[in-house]
Amino acid sequence: MSKPVVATTSLAGCFGCHMSILDIDERILTLIELVEFNKSPVDDIKTFTKPVDIGLIEGGVCNSENVEVLKSFRKNCKILVSLGECAIMGGLPALRNGIPIEECLHEAYIGGPTVQLNKDGIMPNDDELPMLLDKVYPCHEIVKIDYFLPGCPPRADLIWDALVALVTGDPMKLPYEVVKFD
Amino acid sequence: MENTVKQIVEKYNTNRNRLMDMLIDIQEAEGYISRNAIATLSQLLDMSQADVEQTLSFYHFFSSKPRGKYVVYLNNSPVAYMFGREAIKEAFEKSAGIKFGEVTSDGRIGLFDTSCIGMNDQEPAAIINNMVFTRLTPYRVRELVKMMKEDKPIEELRKESFGDGKNYLPSLRSMVSSNIRRKGMILSDDYHYGTVIREKLPAMSPESVIGEIKHSSIRGRGGAGFPTGLKWEFCRRAKGEKHYVVCNADEGEPGTFKDRVILTEKPELVFEGMALAGYAIGGEEGILYIRYEYRYMKDYLEEVLHKMRKEGLLGTNISGIEGFNFDIRIQFGAGAYVCGEESALLESLEGKRGEPRDKPPFPVEKGYLGCPTIINNVETFATAVRIVQNGGEWFTQFGTDDSTGTKILSISGDCMFPGVYEVNWGFNVEDMLDMVGAYDVQAVQVGGPSGTLIGPDEFHRTLGYSDLSTGGSMIIFGKQRNLLRDVVVNFMEFFIEESCGSCSTCRNMTQVMNTKLKKILAGKGVAKDLKDLQEWGRVLNASRCGLGQTAANPIISSLKNFRPLYEALLQKDKDFDEGFDLEKSVQASCNFVGRVPVFNHH
Repeated sequence: MSKPVVATTSLAGCFGCHMSILDIDERILTLIELVEFNKSPVDDIKTFTKPVDIGLIEGGVCNSENVEVLKSFRKNCKILVSLGECAIMGGLPALRNGIPIEECLHEAYIGGPTVQLNKDGIMPNDDELPMLLDKVYPCHEIVKIDYFLPGCPPRADLIWDALVALVTGDPMKLPYEVVKFD
Repeated sequence: MENTVKQIVEKYNTNRNRLMDMLIDIQEAEGYISRNAIATLSQLLDMSQADVEQTLSFYHFFSSKPRGKYVVYLNNSPVAYMFGREAIKEAFEKSAGIKFGEVTSDGRIGLFDTSCIGMNDQEPAAIINNMVFTRLTPYRVRELVKMMKEDKPIEELRKESFGDGKNYLPSLRSMVSSNIRRKGMILSDDYHYGTVIREKLPAMSPESVIGEIKHSSIRGRGGAGFPTGLKWEFCRRAKGEKHYVVCNADEGEPGTFKDRVILTEKPELVFEGMALAGYAIGGEEGILYIRYEYRYMKDYLEEVLHKMRKEGLLGTNISGIEGFNFDIRIQFGAGAYVCGEESALLESLEGKRGEPRDKPPFPVEKGYLGCPTIINNVETFATAVRIVQNGGEWFTQFGTDDSTGTKILSISGDCMFPGVYEVNWGFNVEDMLDMVGAYDVQAVQVGGPSGTLIGPDEFHRTLGYSDLSTGGSMIIFGKQRNLLRDVVVNFMEFFIEESCGSCSTCRNMTQVMNTKLKKILAGKGVAKDLKDLQEWGRVLNASRCGLGQTAANPIISSLKNFRPLYEALLQKDKDFDEGFDLEKSVQASCNFVGRVPVFNHH
């Protein structure tokens, strides 16, 4: 049997969840024994090259590019996992959700106290740029998500246990201490 | 203003821990708590303004803007809706000329929603300037608003006769009814308060008091059901400068009102129970923490305490027992359901935001001001008196093996005789429904929103800690009710409103789940949504306190027991639909930056 294939991406996230993946330390050696990585910042493969078994999504969805990437993950992965607070609930970027997008853009490019050089009030409107969504969406509001791993970031052990459970098919143990709030 | 604040601060000895009282007094004197008042307070108390504002902003009945000369708080529990709240709301809005959440431009009338005010057996009800108006009708509302416009004093607004029981007393003068439908050992009239303190305690050691309580196997009546005897014993053993007795009268669980009735009809029994507990744990100070919704009882309860002091049931060397000193003060909350959680209650007692503490340490070790503290429900203290009077053994003959004694139920909703019933534990739901005259029942909410919603297949179940545990709230829904739309959504919005916001699970998940529920109600749901709801509900278990851990129960328990109601609303032909529309969601930002959206449809 060939090794299960894993892909990862960071949408509107801070890469903290990816750092947490790396935080499994030397077990990463075991991990590459167990699985093969495809599209992922970990190995820098930019596009899907084969069907993937498990896709890990960090970050929520804040622009049209995020939507596209997330949809391509759904298309290419058998199982999708929302990894961390932002993917599950929108997280910090979703703090803008209570504020109209016009106000956010105005603050960022025209009115904000740190805006010094944009005298002409130019707004990012090039077609090459992703289009901003009206709010930051959790991943499961765009595509079907199969599993959710909470945490900011989810602890390395939790990610490890989840991956092992997915790969081996064994049920995952979730004792109260692991999911307790603080 | 500055002088008022100064006097108020002095009244409480410039003690920061009494910030709640100070804010309540300022709010009542000025109608709101101004920026200047905050500044003066923080200066006099040597606290930062942010700390004062933290407390202020946490509680529903505090406001930093004027709320009007007449402030109307209209209850929004499901039972209020069932008995015509919509029409009442409309009548208020129409005659006052404003919407709820607003104040008239002349500053005369303010209209506000509020969570259950403990009047479920006499809805629709509202609190106007701390006076409770029950069984409102649109006609009555129009009359009330007219009198407000004529600047009539609040006492003149009341046209109804006084309620039953002790509500006629000069210090209460309330139209609230006690509606006692069945009496047991607590509500019975054959105990004269003070008997235990005078006749039993002089011959008993504190340890033997705890022994009787333990022997009775009584468990806490607030809902969690911790063995009372153990709690007292732990507290007695815990080391601390002082030991405190706190009575939790913050009954905020929608549908619960029995503590109001006990405190109206048998306050002496509760205070005697607190003194008894003080004797048992070696504490000299008792605090009754009572919700602000019951502010109308303030003078009455103070009067009872005064009477008991005069009779020697509170004070020093009580009942001739050397060193048995005990007194009680009343602390009002200011509108926060979470303060019914014991550690949040302690925070509030100390003048802070009512955010639950992390546990351990438990309050019996580190409670009020870091000292060992017991916190018990109103009913538990009242029951303790009867236990010590008659012995723990006597008590075990009532109820069942694992749930001894009686339980006072607050029963409301679709039934002929809503009110308060004291029954032995082990009572089953079917018998209860017969007793209260409820027919064609679709569902019963046992234990309030944080409890369970059960249907007819489960009406044979019995009330007790091992089966259907309840703090006392029972709400009955007839066949004509739309459970999901009228009950479950209402309860979820209650939890969203009342979450303290500390844990992200309770702060966010309730919102997320309610959004999903509404999506299903709008006909956009798919089968997976039900599975999601079920699984996400478990995330709430990670919350720090009982409120957070049970905040998804309205959805979880209705999904378990009334699944067909959900299934009937699902789209059969789709397995995923979140209704996300990319073109619509980029519209606003593209318009603003001046670009034409381009979509790369694959």
